[in-house]
Amino acid sequence: MTTGERVTARSRAAGATRSAAPSRRPKRSWKAYLYVLPAFAVFALFLGVPTLQTVQYSFYTWDGISRATAAGLSNYAAVLQDPELRGAFLHAGVLMVFYAAIPVLLGLLLTMVISRANALRGMSAFRTVLFLPQVIASVVVATIWVSIYSQNGLLNQLLDGVGLGSLTRVWLGDYGTALIAIGFVGTWLNIGLCVVLFVSGVGNIQPELFEAARMDGAGALQEFFGITLPALRGQIAVALTLTVTSALKTFDLVYVTTRGGPGTSTTVPAFEAYNRAFNTGQVGAAAAVAVILTIVIMIITALIGRLQPKDVA
Amino acid sequence: MNRTHRRVPLVIGVAACLVAGLAACAPGGSGPSTSASTGPVSKTVTKDKITLTVWDQNTDGGIDTAQQQLNKAFEAKYPNITIKRVSRSFADLKTTLKLALSGNNPPDVVQANQGYPDMGAFVKGGLLRTESDYAKLYGWNSYYPQSLLKLNMFSSDGKDWQTGNLYGVSQTGELVGVYYNKKVLSQIGVSAPKTLADLESDMAAAKAKGILPLSYGSLEKSPGIHLYGVVQAALAGSTAVDDLVTLKSGSWTDSANVKAAQTIADWSKKGYLTSGSSGVSQDTAVSSFGAGKSAFLIDGTWQEATVAKDLGDSNAGFVALTPEGASAPVTQGGEGLAWAITSKTKNANAAAAYIDFITNESAANTLIKTGNLPAVFPSGYTPPSGTLTGDIDTQYEKISAASSVVPYLDYTTSTFYDTMTAGMQNLVAGQMTPAQYTASLQTDYAAFKKEHG
Repeated sequence: MTTGERVTARSRAAGATRSAAPSRRPKRSWKAYLYVLPAFAVFALFLGVPTLQTVQYSFYTWDGISRATAAGLSNYAAVLQDPELRGAFLHAGVLMVFYAAIPVLLGLLLTMVISRANALRGMSAFRTVLFLPQVIASVVVATIWVSIYSQNGLLNQLLDGVGLGSLTRVWLGDYGTALIAIGFVGTWLNIGLCVVLFVSGVGNIQPELFEAARMDGAGALQEFFGITLPALRGQIAVALTLTVTSALKTFDLVYVTTRGGPGTSTTVPAFEAYNRAFNTGQVGAAAAVAVILTIVIMIITALIGRLQPKDVA
Repeated sequence: MNRTHRRVPLVIGVAACLVAGLAACAPGGSGPSTSASTGPVSKTVTKDKITLTVWDQNTDGGIDTAQQQLNKAFEAKYPNITIKRVSRSFADLKTTLKLALSGNNPPDVVQANQGYPDMGAFVKGGLLRTESDYAKLYGWNSYYPQSLLKLNMFSSDGKDWQTGNLYGVSQTGELVGVYYNKKVLSQIGVSAPKTLADLESDMAAAKAKGILPLSYGSLEKSPGIHLYGVVQAALAGSTAVDDLVTLKSGSWTDSANVKAAQTIADWSKKGYLTSGSSGVSQDTAVSSFGAGKSAFLIDGTWQEATVAKDLGDSNAGFVALTPEGASAPVTQGGEGLAWAITSKTKNANAAAAYIDFITNESAANTLIKTGNLPAVFPSGYTPPSGTLTGDIDTQYEKISAASSVVPYLDYTTSTFYDTMTAGMQNLVAGQMTPAQYTASLQTDYAAFKKEHG
């Protein structure tokens, strides 16, 4: 997104300079706006209006049916004060580690290994398998993992099998493990995405670089930190943006696996927004959660955008 | 920075839209239309070709069959009326009905859940049409016992429940109670429980024999309401629970309510419940009971068909517990969701004729034939003996006669479902003490009461 914006800004600036080079503030042609209009109209109708409506709702106390009463900033204050809502944002923070940090790190590690076997036959089949979790509907993924984590599920059978029977438990029903269990599903989901992104990034690196490095006697590690990692900055930024956003807006996994339980130990902002809007008749509070979540996502995305190398074409 | 300048018009535009949006009238501005006159009512249904859109939640096997048969029969009786049925599971209906009702073209007939969170909010918003006039016309007032009628009543401002106008009638009866496995009980040498004390000693015996006493799965959270409700009703009695849920009197921190929480915490500690229950789905709990892996299951009569199929109609039993000193059992339940007419329907007479058709005595016979519990038994009906169906029907008759049914606890406040179900998971896992659990219920309750006025 950021890249696109910059490119547009640059080319627009170039065009403007050509038409009115001497003036200090270049005059823009109104025609350009006409070209943007159709896209903008679609955006405004289907994204802009609902977003503004959500912002509006967040300043009211409303049950979704009867007349709303103005609430000022109290819904926002509640998000900061209500331990349940604060908890939801904290849980999203924990999920970020599992959804973004771990997949990116593991993804890099796997890429380091895989890229040495890039000429391998059947590489594309391997990539497809890695990417598979991303393609499966998330409700299906969640249902599969519910059974893996259940009392007689695969995980407990494995633990029993290797003599760790004392560790078995209902993973999604345990206060200590439920959130981590959900986070691990996120890791499983996102790791394929990261690897596929990184491997294709490595493919873009000129082989001469590696050859030169090898001739200079660089080892695998030096090669990785000297060439691969810097070259992958763009891909890492993209991977982080996608995975961090997916962590922050997690809803389906939580909805299917735990409904925020046990107790409130796995609630996340998107689930709270849904639940308050559609179940408990607190549309204003739900809207405030949604607005704050959007702002948080925008800030974090902007911060990650700074990782992006300045000269990506 | 050139880019900053370019963004200025955009920012101004967004800000302008924002201000315009915020200055517009408050959401839901239309307000309740309580003054809308309902006009004269009649049993005569229009001869025009019309379509009645009906939203129900009769998705489970037995009741779905019944509904299909009833709709077909209704269309045969009134060939000019087409029923457009939209059937959703309870949870889906709960989340989508509000939006559908507040639209300009809502369904004609809907199944609305009783209590403050749903029916109360709908009435407050002027979305439902009163059925008091049709009740007189069709004789619903005498067909249903008062205890069932009042669950579907609200004051016209939606503030007071169980009084005022009638906003719907129900098709099915419901009870939450204790299912037991007769074979397992005879194996451990105990008889079917009648009181909470019986149940506890039976469970202790089962535990001693290495059999799981009670199948319990609360992954979906809602089963917590049933577990707490069964114990609470047995300890507090019907009047106290009824007064509490209808906001009349009492506190969730009253000793009987704390004792109920303590009882469940003790059961959990003693290993009477399925371990890791918060990660076990309700279906899993029901099927593990059905597979004979436990002695008891606490659930609603809507599981009748499933349990009867798994354990066999004569090997399964059902009982609602009788409080100490009381003459009749007390438990949560009453009736299925109310069939309500929306206030914007153009065919109220036809809608009322439909509702009467699917809830009257002949419909009750259809319900029994398809393995369901009707809200009112047809005259002269005698429950079969020695079967699960017989047990359920007998208990329902007893409780209806004694008016000792208490409302579902989540009817209490608009957020009570969340508070109670999360609290129950905490209580069962020992994350909350009984005192903390009941205090959290009371906090929710007090806040709602204060806002409610």
